[in-house]
Amino acid sequence: MVYENSSKQSHLIVMILVVLYFFCASSVSAAQTYKIGGIFSVTGPASFLGDPEKKSMEMAVETINKNGGIDGRLLEAVIYDTEGDPTKAVMAVSKLINKDKVIAIIGPSLTPTSLAIIPFAEKEGIPLISCAAGIKITQPVKPWVFKTAQSDVLAVAAVYQSMKNQNIRKIGILSVSNAFGESGKQQLQDQADQFGIKIVRAETFGAKDTDMTPQLAKIRKEEPDAIICWGTNPGPAVVTKNIQQLNIKVPLYQSHGVASPKFIELAGSAAEGIYLPTGKILVADLLPSMDPQKEVLMHYTKAFETKYQMTVSGFGGYAYDAIHILAKALEGSNGEREKIRTALEQMQNHVGVSGIFNFSKEDHNGLGPDAFVMVRIKNGTWELLK
Amino acid sequence: MSSKLLRKTASYGIFWIAVAAAGMSIDNSYYLQVLTFIGIHSILALGLNMLMGYAGQISLGHAAFYGLGAYTTAIMTVHYDLSPWLALPCAICLVILVAFIVGLPTLKLSGYYLGMGTLGFGMIVHIIFREWTSVTGGASGYVGIPPLELGAFSFSSSRNYFYLVWCTVLISIVLCQRLIDSRIGRALRSIHDSEHASKAVGVNTRNLKLQVFMLSAALAGVAGFLYAHFVSFISPGTFDFIVSIRIVTMVVIGGMASIWGALLGASLLTLLPEWLHAFSDFEMIVYGLILMLVMIILPQGLTRGILDIYERSHKKYFK
Amino acid sequence: MQEALQYVFSGITNGAIYAAIAVGFSLLYNSTELINFAHGEFVMLGALILVTLWNIFKLPLPLAFFITVFTVSGMGLLFERLAIRTVSKPHPIVLVIITVGASIFFRGIGMLLWGKDSYSVPSFSDHAPITIFGASLLPQSLWILVIVGISVCALHFFFKKTLTGKAMQACAINKRAARLSGIHSEKMVLLAFFLSTGMGAVAGIIIAPITMCSYNMGTMLGLKGFCAAMLGGLGSLWGSLIGGFLLGIVEALGVGFFSSSLKDAIAFLLLLLILYMRPGGIMRVKEVKRF
Repeated sequence: MVYENSSKQSHLIVMILVVLYFFCASSVSAAQTYKIGGIFSVTGPASFLGDPEKKSMEMAVETINKNGGIDGRLLEAVIYDTEGDPTKAVMAVSKLINKDKVIAIIGPSLTPTSLAIIPFAEKEGIPLISCAAGIKITQPVKPWVFKTAQSDVLAVAAVYQSMKNQNIRKIGILSVSNAFGESGKQQLQDQADQFGIKIVRAETFGAKDTDMTPQLAKIRKEEPDAIICWGTNPGPAVVTKNIQQLNIKVPLYQSHGVASPKFIELAGSAAEGIYLPTGKILVADLLPSMDPQKEVLMHYTKAFETKYQMTVSGFGGYAYDAIHILAKALEGSNGEREKIRTALEQMQNHVGVSGIFNFSKEDHNGLGPDAFVMVRIKNGTWELLK
Repeated sequence: MSSKLLRKTASYGIFWIAVAAAGMSIDNSYYLQVLTFIGIHSILALGLNMLMGYAGQISLGHAAFYGLGAYTTAIMTVHYDLSPWLALPCAICLVILVAFIVGLPTLKLSGYYLGMGTLGFGMIVHIIFREWTSVTGGASGYVGIPPLELGAFSFSSSRNYFYLVWCTVLISIVLCQRLIDSRIGRALRSIHDSEHASKAVGVNTRNLKLQVFMLSAALAGVAGFLYAHFVSFISPGTFDFIVSIRIVTMVVIGGMASIWGALLGASLLTLLPEWLHAFSDFEMIVYGLILMLVMIILPQGLTRGILDIYERSHKKYFK
Repeated sequence: MQEALQYVFSGITNGAIYAAIAVGFSLLYNSTELINFAHGEFVMLGALILVTLWNIFKLPLPLAFFITVFTVSGMGLLFERLAIRTVSKPHPIVLVIITVGASIFFRGIGMLLWGKDSYSVPSFSDHAPITIFGASLLPQSLWILVIVGISVCALHFFFKKTLTGKAMQACAINKRAARLSGIHSEKMVLLAFFLSTGMGAVAGIIIAPITMCSYNMGTMLGLKGFCAAMLGGLGSLWGSLIGGFLLGIVEALGVGFFSSSLKDAIAFLLLLLILYMRPGGIMRVKEVKRF
């Protein structure tokens, strides 16, 4: 009761401020900048995704502004942290739309947080470019929702293709028990028949587990030709170490969720010989110079590493691509949402960090199988597989 | 007596006017949404407050009931295509049933063992939400829960939902208040002070504790129902152990055994992260510090001090 | 057979870690009737400080070990002084919420100091895994068992044979009577915090080489340790040990013979059953205080 009254007052004050702001701002500053919202899991268990995404978005906005902005208008990034919590993501999206009055939103970093905010973005009719991997985000296609992260469908296809080339028939799966692992496991099971691969055992591990030897011992009993681990750091690094300790000799495949130099650092010598699918970012310097993505990749890597003094991973690239795609769509749109949406949907041949994007009415992810390459870890670094 | 009743009615009246005024004056749906979440959290805190503040029993697994309410309505409305208004009583009944089955053995425990028992139950339910993929949608969550509608009237706008949630809060408050003022309320407080003594004077402590546990679970189930139809997406992460702890924190920070305290605690814990955005990487440190400081300075909770004075003057007046 | 033995080895290793954490909970509960929800965060600090001292400053391992334990214990002391003792009317649940606040605070500190990335450290010794009947046992597991064994024996000796230890036990049994016989109970509480957080740091140090260390590793470990302490009987040293090993082995066998996705559910189900049958844990300690 006490609270309600004071909140009413404070809201009244806020209301007055908002009204004042509109009177002052509508003619002057609103015309000069495009406000873009960012929602990332900057802290919490998925901070390895959200942190580089936030940094990449800030960096890209800075660069665009330095080059004169878009149609003479500067960009302004408003970024909120979800901590990976869907409720916080919903609050953040509403704050961005109603309070900050952004014209488009980039993020969130995770599949559950993305799925949570999609109904709000759809209802408000605001372009949303998600940075999460889950296929459910853009299938079925929702008019206002796009995404730049490669879907796990493509990653699984890349892994299975590589297995087929090596004549691997029986596999064991070890996936993390969160949205990423679950979606990956689903795809692995769905596509197995297509490649003539048999899953002899599928096990899971908790994201915070300290020891996965029981699961591995159980998989070993079935004598698979290879083991696939689908998860994000640090779990897969523990799995890698445990495989070395149990002296399991079959090849180990990891997912694109560990595609960062951090993984090699964590797993140490045990990481030798591991196969994984990754966006081209990790092997940018190994790519032939005729590769269309090479220039973008080298540029992004250099800019990120000099600005933040940390090694680059593919994750920040999702946000980097999203902002550049959005910037292209903004050109000539005058900030009208419907125009931005149409421009996004018609975007063709955008060369980004995660691949070459070709959006269409049926495909709001826009990436093809060439977005992934298979790499092997050798001598503590990546080796490109043909 | 009548003047006491008058005051109570007046306080509800003021509360309702404040809610209505907030609903009418606030145009920005962001603020309405924040207030809606505060309302949902208040229902959770109110329920747990009945259990912790009045019956003196702790529950570290309340998010499980919150989740059960949400998942029941989600599955019934999406999978079986039933009306949400049919799903609501089903959700409440299911939650009460589960609370009965769990409470029967668990409430024999006391103190930290009760805490552990409820925590274990909460963890098991959370794992079921996460692993029973074919029914609950698994870790990625459950999408497409329909918005609430009553005939032609839709609750899909933030303002209408805000009214719906706060009406529910008001009903819950009246319900809890009436219970506290009744004979049951006095028996409950006697359990809180000494279980053995209340047993000795003929209070059936076991049944009473179980009933309060069921009531508090039912309120959590209603909160889950409201959450599911508001956000239209649910995932196991929203109902995990951390959330249970957060509900307990709301109750204790606001002040145990105080209805308005539950409201205040829920408001503070919902708003605090929104205010602390500016601290970015320091947010966790500041949040932790504020929690600690509030408890160190006001161990009775935020409202308790104020309410003590209020109730004392009340009593004097009454006598 | 080979698999079963492997499950048991894994269970024992994890169990020893849970036991070390559970002992920390029990030690503190004994003298203060307080459950420290920030205990997992002290485990995290132990692991991360070791990473810094051993991997980055290249101190010799024994030195890094002791500096880490004393630094974390020192933080435990500060925590008691600044946050626990300052509460005027300590109701148990109020203290619990303070420790919840502290756990968020310490996690924030950890995130600022060590960043959001994980770290890994090598094993304490550079031996190959030992193979017994086809199951591999890590040298690090032996280190863990030995260190937990030594710590628990040392604590047992401390409580049974030294005057300070006996004084602490007296405080745990009856605070007022202990004070009347001239025991400075506040000092004993301080000592309990010192030992408990020190045990947390030890758990963090021994777990560092087998897993990855990051600022948010503590919560789950703390929760498991709390479970183990309850399972064995809160406040009992040997109970914590039994509870820890039981929890670890049940988890590993649950993965092996049932399902890895339900392993936590199996562990918690067992916990509930034990609590229903023996309220008070396996060692059945005196009834704990109500809220």
